[in-house]
Amino acid sequence: MLKQVAPRLTPEQYENNFSDINPPLTQSQALEEGSRCLFCYDAPCIKACPTEINVPQFIRQIGTGNVTGAATTILNANIMGHSCARVCPTSVLCEGACVLNYENKRPVDIGKLQRYAVDSVMDTLKLFEPPADNGKKVALIGAGPASLSCATELRRHGYKVTIFDANPLPGGLDTYGIAAYKLRASDAVREIELVRRLGVEIKSNVLVGKDASLVELEKNYDAIFIGIGLGGTDDLGIPGEDLEGCIDALTFIRETKENPFDEVLVGNKVAVIGGGNTAIDVVTAAHRLGAEEVYMIYRRGEAEASAFKYEIELAKKDEISFIWQAAPTKILGRGKVESLECVKTMLGPADTSGRRSPQNISGSEFRLDVDMVIKALGQSKKTEFLQSINGMKLEKGRVVVNAETCQTANPKYFAGGDCVNGGGEVVDAVAHGKKAAAGIHAHLAGKSANMRGTHA
Amino acid sequence: MPDISVDFCGVKSPNPFWLGSGPPANTAYQVMRAFDAGWGGAVWKTIGEPIMNVSSRYGSIDYKNERMIGLNNIELISDRPIETNFTEITEVKKKYPKNVVVASLMVESKQATWHEIVKRTNDSGADLIELNFGCPHGMSERGMGAAVGQVPEYAGMITAWVKEVAKIPVIVKLTPNVTDIAHMAATVNAAGADAVSLINTINSLVGVDLDTWVPRPIVGGASSHGGYCGPAVKPIALNMVASVSHHPKVNIPISGIGGIANWRDAVEFMLLGSTSVQVCTAAMHYGFRIVEDMAEGLNNYLAEKGMQSAMELVGKSVNKVKDWGDLNLNYKVIAKIDPEKCIGCNLCYIACEDGAHQCITAAPRPFGDLREGTPAKHMPQIKEDHCVGCNLCALVCPVPQCITMQEIDTGRPPMNWRQLQESRGKNPTCSMDELLAKGAAR
Repeated sequence: MLKQVAPRLTPEQYENNFSDINPPLTQSQALEEGSRCLFCYDAPCIKACPTEINVPQFIRQIGTGNVTGAATTILNANIMGHSCARVCPTSVLCEGACVLNYENKRPVDIGKLQRYAVDSVMDTLKLFEPPADNGKKVALIGAGPASLSCATELRRHGYKVTIFDANPLPGGLDTYGIAAYKLRASDAVREIELVRRLGVEIKSNVLVGKDASLVELEKNYDAIFIGIGLGGTDDLGIPGEDLEGCIDALTFIRETKENPFDEVLVGNKVAVIGGGNTAIDVVTAAHRLGAEEVYMIYRRGEAEASAFKYEIELAKKDEISFIWQAAPTKILGRGKVESLECVKTMLGPADTSGRRSPQNISGSEFRLDVDMVIKALGQSKKTEFLQSINGMKLEKGRVVVNAETCQTANPKYFAGGDCVNGGGEVVDAVAHGKKAAAGIHAHLAGKSANMRGTHA
Repeated sequence: MPDISVDFCGVKSPNPFWLGSGPPANTAYQVMRAFDAGWGGAVWKTIGEPIMNVSSRYGSIDYKNERMIGLNNIELISDRPIETNFTEITEVKKKYPKNVVVASLMVESKQATWHEIVKRTNDSGADLIELNFGCPHGMSERGMGAAVGQVPEYAGMITAWVKEVAKIPVIVKLTPNVTDIAHMAATVNAAGADAVSLINTINSLVGVDLDTWVPRPIVGGASSHGGYCGPAVKPIALNMVASVSHHPKVNIPISGIGGIANWRDAVEFMLLGSTSVQVCTAAMHYGFRIVEDMAEGLNNYLAEKGMQSAMELVGKSVNKVKDWGDLNLNYKVIAKIDPEKCIGCNLCYIACEDGAHQCITAAPRPFGDLREGTPAKHMPQIKEDHCVGCNLCALVCPVPQCITMQEIDTGRPPMNWRQLQESRGKNPTCSMDELLAKGAAR
C-alpha cells in the first residue's frame, strides 16, 4: 500500500483523460489536409522517414479515393504504419522536413493522414500474398516492432517465421510502453493481426533462455533475429529504492496499458525522476490517473532534457511541477515511500560527450512530501542474455551489427531495434527490421541484400 | 474618383456588371435583390413559351478544396408565363430606372412569332433585347437556341426579323459550339445586330458516377449533355471574345460572358473588347453580394492605373493578341530561381524533366531527419544554357515570385516567323540561325 493514493475518478473521467490525444480525421478533413500536400518530387518527408514511406504518393491516393492503395503504400514501407502514425515524433521526422516549413506554413499533418489511411482498412487488408515456403526457417526473439517488421519482410520471400515473445501480448513496447492516450494496447494488438495474416507465427509467453533454449533455436532455425529491446529502468543508486511505492517507469506505464485505469495504483503525490520522453509519459499518466501533485525531477535544465519539446509542452498543460536542476539523494519512509530528498545541481563543464554534467550543490538539500517515486532514467541493457549467445559482440551493452545487414558477430544472428541502437523510436526499429530481413535473405539465399527503403 | 459606368449601345449602365441570363435573373424578386446589392444590370432568364424542367439539373467539377470550378446545367429557359415575365420587367424598371434590364428571348423560328414577342418587349420598358441563339441543350432539339446559333444563315435571318420591329438595341448571344464564333458575330453584325454577347455555355458531360455509371446530373438513372460554364471556361471565353474583337467585319459592342467571378476577370474581358460583362455561375455559387468587391475592385484598379473611366479599358489588349507568325523569334527569357524563396519541392525539376525540356537539375536529396540537425537547403538549378523559356517551371512553382522568367538580351534585332520565311526565300543558302541573327530588314 501507499502512504496516500490518488482520489478515484469516475469511469468517464478516466476515459476522458486517456482519450485519443490526436483524434482521427474525418474524410472531409483528410481531403482538405491532403490537398495541402504539394506532391514534392524526391520528397524530403520520404527522406526523413527511417522507413521511407512514400508520403506524397499515399496522400495523393487518399485524394483520389484510393484509400486501400494509400494504406498499402504506407504498410509496404512500414508494417507498423498504424502505431507510427500515432507515436512518431513527426515534428522531427516527416513533418519537420515538409517544405511548407520553409514558407513558415504549417506542415502537412502527415501523421494524421497516415492514420486516416491505415485505420480505414487495417482490419481487413491482406498486405500481400506470401509466396510458397522457400524451405528456410527464421526465429525472431521478441515481438516488438523490429521483429514484426523483419518477419513481414521475410514472408515476402517465403521464409517460415516464428516470433518468440515473453509477454502475454505481442507488440513489445508498442503494446506495453506507450502512453495510453497515444496508443491503446488493444489498437497495438489489432495492428499485429496484419502481420499474422501474412502467416507469421507468434508464440507468446515464451521466454527464450528459459522456456526455449538458444541451442534448440539454433538447431531448428536457419537464422535468428534478436529484437529483444532493453531491460528494466536503471536504478537511482540511492537509499530507499526498495521502499514500497518506488517503481520503475515501464512497470507503471504497463499497468496503465494492461489494467483498467481505476485499478492502477498511483499515489496522490508522485515524484518522477528523469528528463526523457518516458518521464513525460509517466507524469502525464499519473496526473490523468488522478494524482493531485506530480513532480518531474531532472538533474539538468529544460533545454538539456532529452524529451521532445512538444512532449514537455504537453506535460506543462497537464500542470506538472517541473523541478529542473535537482537530483534525488534518498527516499525516506517506514516500509513505504513518505518523502524524497533532493539536492539542487549546477551544470559543470562539458564532459567528453559535449554535455555539461550536473554537479550537486552541497547544502541545497530539500524534501518533497510524496507517496510514490517513479524512476524514468532510461532502460538497462539485457547484457546477460546477449552474452549467453556464442560470439555475440556488445558495445556499451548494445549489440554490434553490420550497419548494412544487421548481422551480428555470430553470423547466424541478426539484430535490430532498441537492443542495437540503445533506444529509439518505433519507426527506427521497423527500419532495422527491414534491413535485417534483407540481410538474412542475402545470407541464406546468397543474394545481394535488397535494401527496400530503409536508411536507419 | 474614376467613373465605372459604361455605355452599351447608348444604354447607360451604372457599372459593367450584369447578371447573365439564367437562374439568378429568373424573377423580379431576384433581380431587385441583385440591383440592391449593386449589380448594374440583369439579363432576364430567357423568355419564351414556358417549358418543363427535369430534376436534377446541375452537375459540377470540384478541384481540391474549390467547389464548382465548372458548372453544367440541363435546365431550360423560363418555366413561367411570358406575360408574368414582362409584367415583372416593367415593375423592376419602374423601381430601378437607372439599372439595365435586358430581355432575353427565344421562340420558335417563325417570323410572326418573333415579331410578336419583340413587340411585347418594346412595350415592357426593357432597355435591351438579347437573342438566345446559344442554349446547347434541350431547346436545340426543338429547333431553337444553338440550333439557330450554329447555322449562320438562320442566325442572320432571325436577327433581321427581330430588327424589323425592335425599338431597342438588340444583342445576339453567341454559342461557342461552333468552328468560328467570330464568323457568326460578323454574320449577325451584317444582319443588323446592335451587339453580341459571348459565350453561351459549352456542350458538356460533366462526369460519370462511378458507382451507378450514370453521367451527372442524374435524372432517373440517365443524363443528358448540358451547358458548361464557370471559372473553368474563362480562357475559352477570353479567346473567343478576342477573336470577335479582332474580326474586321465586327464593329459592334461585346458583352463578355464566361467564368467571370471577380473584378479581375471582368477587367480581362474588358481589355479584350467587352463593354459589359455578365456573371451567372459565381452568383449561383455565392449570391449577389460578390458584386460589392467587383465594383470596388474595379474602381481601385482604375484609380491605380490613373484612368478616368471604365470605358477606357475596353479593347486595350486586343492589339496585343497577334498571330503566332507575328511573334518575335529573337525574344528570349530564361527561368531564374530565387534561392531565398525556394522551398526545395522539386516540382519545377520534375515538370521540366518529364514534361518539358530537361533544363533543370536536382541532386538526389540526402537521407536524414531533424534529429541529426537541420538538413541543408535543397534547391534545383536551372541549366541556363539549355532553358528554352517555356514558363512551365514558373507555373508549377508553389511559391509566389520564386521562379521568374528573365529577359536575356540575345543581341539580335526582332524577327518573326513571317519575316524569317521571307528572308529564307531571299537567302536560300543561309542557315536559319544566320537569318535570325541578322533580324528582320528595317
